[in-house]
Amino acid sequence: MTMSNRTINLLIPIISIFLGLLVGAIVMLFSGYNPIDGYIALWQGIFGSSYSMGETVRQISPYLLAGLAVAFAFRAGLFNIGVEGQLIVGWFAAAYVGMAFDLPKFIHLPLALLAAAAAGALWGLIPGILKATLRVHEVIVTIMMNYIALHVVNALIKSISGGSFKLDKINQTASLRSEFLSNLTDFSTLHYGILVALAMVGVMWFILEKTKTGYELKSVGFNDEASRYAGMNVNKNIILSMVISGAFAGLGGAMEALGTFGNISNMAGFTGIGFDGIAVALLGANTPLGVIFGATLFGSLKYGANNMPNAANIPVEIVSIVIALVIFFVASGYIIRVILNRMSKNKEAK
Amino acid sequence: MDYVIEMLNIRKEFGDFVANDNITLQLEKGEIHALLGENGAGKSTLMNVLFGLYQPEGGEIRVRGEKVNITNPNIANDLGIGMVHQHFMLVENFTVTENIILGNEPKKMGVINIKDAAKKVAEISALYGLNVDPYEKIEDISVGMQQRVEILKTLYRGAEILIFDEPTASLTPQEIDEFMEILKKLIKEGKSIIIITHKLQEIMDVSDRVTIIRKGEGIGTVITSETNPEELATLMVGRQVSFKTEKGPSNPTEEVLRVENLVVEDYRGVKKVKGLNLSVRRGEIVGIAGIDGNGQSELIEAITGLKKVKSGKVTINSKDVTGKKPRVITETGIGHIPSDRHKHGLVLDFTVGYNAVLQTYYQKPISNKGIMDYKLVSKKAKEIIEMFDVRTQGEHAMARSLSGGNQQKLIIGREIDRDPDLLIAALPTRGLDVGAIEFIHKRLIEQRDRGKAVLLVSFELDEILNVSDQISVIYDGVIIDTVNPLETTQQELGLLMAGHDKSEMISVGDDIVLKEGDNDDVK
Repeated sequence: MTMSNRTINLLIPIISIFLGLLVGAIVMLFSGYNPIDGYIALWQGIFGSSYSMGETVRQISPYLLAGLAVAFAFRAGLFNIGVEGQLIVGWFAAAYVGMAFDLPKFIHLPLALLAAAAAGALWGLIPGILKATLRVHEVIVTIMMNYIALHVVNALIKSISGGSFKLDKINQTASLRSEFLSNLTDFSTLHYGILVALAMVGVMWFILEKTKTGYELKSVGFNDEASRYAGMNVNKNIILSMVISGAFAGLGGAMEALGTFGNISNMAGFTGIGFDGIAVALLGANTPLGVIFGATLFGSLKYGANNMPNAANIPVEIVSIVIALVIFFVASGYIIRVILNRMSKNKEAK
Repeated sequence: MDYVIEMLNIRKEFGDFVANDNITLQLEKGEIHALLGENGAGKSTLMNVLFGLYQPEGGEIRVRGEKVNITNPNIANDLGIGMVHQHFMLVENFTVTENIILGNEPKKMGVINIKDAAKKVAEISALYGLNVDPYEKIEDISVGMQQRVEILKTLYRGAEILIFDEPTASLTPQEIDEFMEILKKLIKEGKSIIIITHKLQEIMDVSDRVTIIRKGEGIGTVITSETNPEELATLMVGRQVSFKTEKGPSNPTEEVLRVENLVVEDYRGVKKVKGLNLSVRRGEIVGIAGIDGNGQSELIEAITGLKKVKSGKVTINSKDVTGKKPRVITETGIGHIPSDRHKHGLVLDFTVGYNAVLQTYYQKPISNKGIMDYKLVSKKAKEIIEMFDVRTQGEHAMARSLSGGNQQKLIIGREIDRDPDLLIAALPTRGLDVGAIEFIHKRLIEQRDRGKAVLLVSFELDEILNVSDQISVIYDGVIIDTVNPLETTQQELGLLMAGHDKSEMISVGDDIVLKEGDNDDVK
């Protein structure tokens, strides 16, 4: 009996995660820590209480949007390494609009989200234009745009706040915070951002699978020459995909500004969310549904791992290695697929 | 009889699909053995089995009488089997010698010894008259020369048995002639050759025996001198195939395409089309004959708006379309079958359905206010699959999964379905087997008979002569002459294509030759 493709597709992530945990356990064992304690702490950190579950879901939201951003550009054949910077400018734009205006909630909140999306889109537009008109490789430009974003935002925080290291808190009218969700999860910082992120998953799916624009973007992503021959405006599509990708990333920043932190503080370095978004997108094979899987895995591990040093006395460095191993094995799903195929083939031969 | 290779009752399966079923091929020492079959018949699979890339599920392989188990290409190499793939496996920015020694570099105290290797390459090259410079870079040499490098590679590694996979697919007619000479030299030096092809004339010209495969099944082996192209075609396709394309006289009416003093430059700013004039009318097929690189692709790209026009004028249906955007020109009534179907004709990672609407996806009713109606896309695709006999698992199959012939049918279906006034077909039958060629030629003639204009660009003289009503010969960016296919010969066309004026030619009996003192080669 051969294993059906569906079973294999289901088994792969499970086996991958298991293998990652196994190798992680060996690492902990050799470093002199008890892996069972470690994993119990990880489990508790993710699912242990309604509070930790709330925090885990909260952590997933920005990963979802960062993953969508990378995946969307990737589908159009572009490698957007600039999600980090687009996210930072989105964070700033949302925090500023949230703080500087005093408007009714039904205007203020959408406006702040829109500002974040627009700022991210602008940050994506620049590399998009450079790629389309001058063929400058988007990887180089987006990496540089990350640094520009970081330092420009830090400078803006300083000048707007009059020399301080952070902006004032946003007004309640721009906040994504929810008393209801917070109460439900034992006063965690869970906010409505997860709904925004999930809605964007739907938006990406709709654009790619239902619209004419999606058809063109995918066509250009697969074969820009054939698209040109079919009369498509390849340059327009390159720019558009970077703009939409940047908008997703900017919204990821809004999650932090309007939900988790409620403001923006001077950043000593990158948040890392944008870069993790690359892994999230690749884990999810650049599909909207896959991004949900990737973001859930990333968000859970990242948040749950915080509990490991406290509850099991495992140093942060070892925790990072263990988490990286799990992700590594999930990303290497291909190897497991080959092994599974061979196993089912051997069985057949007997 | 002395067999160097025997493949007996080979069976190869991929899942439920049987790619090779009970195929027997016996190669005699010193013969050229052709392996004939349609696209997707299983020829390459069989050779990959012999070369150790696939393991057969049944049957056995004997080399020089001894049963062998070839589990990887290194074993094949050791047994003296060398393969020249259809798509060359060369590193573009390496030299000839570097490519040849790649993977097996001779070393002197840990440093690669290029000099001795180059010397050996030069020696082998001289022995077989290959004329290859060991120090030239691959990116600087022609496709024909690159193929010789591939041959050298196998010889350098001591191959006694050479397998060629579709060796002439990307060669010009001249290069094909030279290639045939090389084959004969190889045989003279004691090598044995298997040549995979679906070109019947080549088989007749060069092979000793032919083994035929149809849909994965071994049909049998025949001696070339005892057969003819018609019989081979019937064996290969499994039905009668007509070679001479049947068509009535043309009935041209008003002009659809007019090209005046067209000048086009390539991306380096070098003039490729140099003041070209051309006219195509409704109800006729105009064939552009010429050797690759004389401005054909620039001409087509300029007409279709894909390349900038430097100067001159392109008119379609009396509308000036010079410098217009590709989509605008397409909508004036052009259908375009590009010469490179993988690069330009299809999005290979799209489904058949998505590809079927590549030129119409943005129009109502498929796209309405920016929303695609994929049900309609599937319906359209099914129509095209049905009407143009595209063999595929369905409209949801990836275009990549189709054989070359069926990919081409899909493109032709898509273009003709839009009912264009002018159909431009660039190398529409390149790499296809006789069955598919016949089908495509019929469709082109059908368009003509429906009162449409057809512009055919081809490097195959047979195709040009069979299908066109007018032949315009392109040389160095201009049309140097226009001839009637019924009144010309291959020889005359060949000379025109090489840049000789008709006034330089003279008839001697049935032959057309160059006048005395004008016998020098093309400049």
